[in-house]
Amino acid sequence: MIALLGMIAGIVAGLFLEPSVPTGLQPYLPIAVVAALDATFGALRAYLDGIFDERVFVISFVSNVLVAGFIVYLGDQLGVGGQLSTGVVVVFGIRIFSNVAAIRRRLLHA
Amino acid sequence: MPDYLPDERPDERPPTARRDDARRRVWVALWGRPTRAQVVVGVLLALLGFAAAVQVRAVRSDDEFTGARRDDLVQLLQTLSAAQDRVSRQLSELEDTRDELQLSTNQRQVALEQAQRRLDALLLLSGEAGATGTGVVITIQDPDGSVGAVTLLNAVQELRDAGAEAIEINNVARVVAETWFGPGSAATGSALVVDDRTVRAPYVVEAIGASDTLAKAVEFPGGLADEVEALGGSVTVTPLDSVQVQSLAPEPDADFADPTT
Repeated sequence: MIALLGMIAGIVAGLFLEPSVPTGLQPYLPIAVVAALDATFGALRAYLDGIFDERVFVISFVSNVLVAGFIVYLGDQLGVGGQLSTGVVVVFGIRIFSNVAAIRRRLLHA
Repeated sequence: MPDYLPDERPDERPPTARRDDARRRVWVALWGRPTRAQVVVGVLLALLGFAAAVQVRAVRSDDEFTGARRDDLVQLLQTLSAAQDRVSRQLSELEDTRDELQLSTNQRQVALEQAQRRLDALLLLSGEAGATGTGVVITIQDPDGSVGAVTLLNAVQELRDAGAEAIEINNVARVVAETWFGPGSAATGSALVVDDRTVRAPYVVEAIGASDTLAKAVEFPGGLADEVEALGGSVTVTPLDSVQVQSLAPEPDADFADPTT
C-alpha cells in the first residue's frame, strides 16, 4: 500500500512541479525509467513468489539504472548512442514482458 | 530479474494452492501492516513515478518533429532550404528591379524638374507667361511729348543691364528680345508704338528684378532720369515688393531658323 502511494505521489509531483529535464540528463532519463520499471516488475514477481528481499530490490533498482545510463553514455561516446539505447530498451522490454507473464501466471494461473 | 529468480524450487503443492499463495500476498501487501520493506519500495517507486512523469511531460512538450525519422527530417530540411534559396533569390531580384525603377523614376523626376525650370525661364524670357515679384515701377511724365522711342529704348536697356527679368510698358507692351520701338503716327494721336501696340504718355515701365539695383539704374547721374528731365519730362521710381507683369508678347515665329544642337 505504501509502495503504491509512493508511486502515485511521485507521478503527481512530476506532473505538478513541472521540473525541466537538465540537458545533460535528457538522453538518459527515458532509459533510466525503463530500467527502473524492469526492476520493479522483477520485484513484484519475486514478491509473488515469496522470495522478495528489499535489499536486493534496492541494489538491483539502482544498478539497473546506473548500468543502463552507462551503456547509453558509452554509446554516445562511441557514436552509436541511438542504436544502443534502442537495444537497451528492447532488452528491458523483453524482460518486462517475461516478468509480467510470470506475474500473470502466479495471479491468474493462466 | 535473475536476482529474484533462483532455480525454481520444486513445489509439490497443486497449482491452485500456489495461485492462492500469490493472491494472499497481494492482499497482505495492500491491506497488511506496513513494513520497512514497503517504505523502501515506496520511496523507489516514487522516484520512478516522478522520473516517468517528467519524461512524459518532456516528450509531450517537444514539437511535432520529435518522433520523425531522420531521413524524413533530412528531406524536410532540404526542401525547406531549397525553398528558402528560391525565395531569397526572388527577393534579391525584386530588390534589384525596385532599385532600378527607383533610379529611373528619380532620373525622370530630376529631368522633369530641370525641364520645368527651363520652361519657366523660357516662358518669362519670351514673354509668354505673366510674372510677379519684387521690382520697380517707373513713371515717365512727358507733357511736351518730347520723349521718344530712343529714350524708352535706353530705359529698357538700362533696366536689362540691371538684371530686369520681365519688363512691360503701360500694361500693354511686354518687352522681349524681338520688341521694337517706333514713333507713333499723328493720326492716332499716339507718341510711340511698341510691338504694334500704341503707347501714350505717361509711360509706366514695370520691371521685375532686384528693386534697389533697378532703381539705381534709372537714377544714376546722366542716366534715364537726367535724360528725361533734360527733355522737359519727369521720372518717378517706386520700388515695390510685388510688381505684376500681366501683358504677353506675341508668339515668336521661327519660320526660317532651325535650332542646331
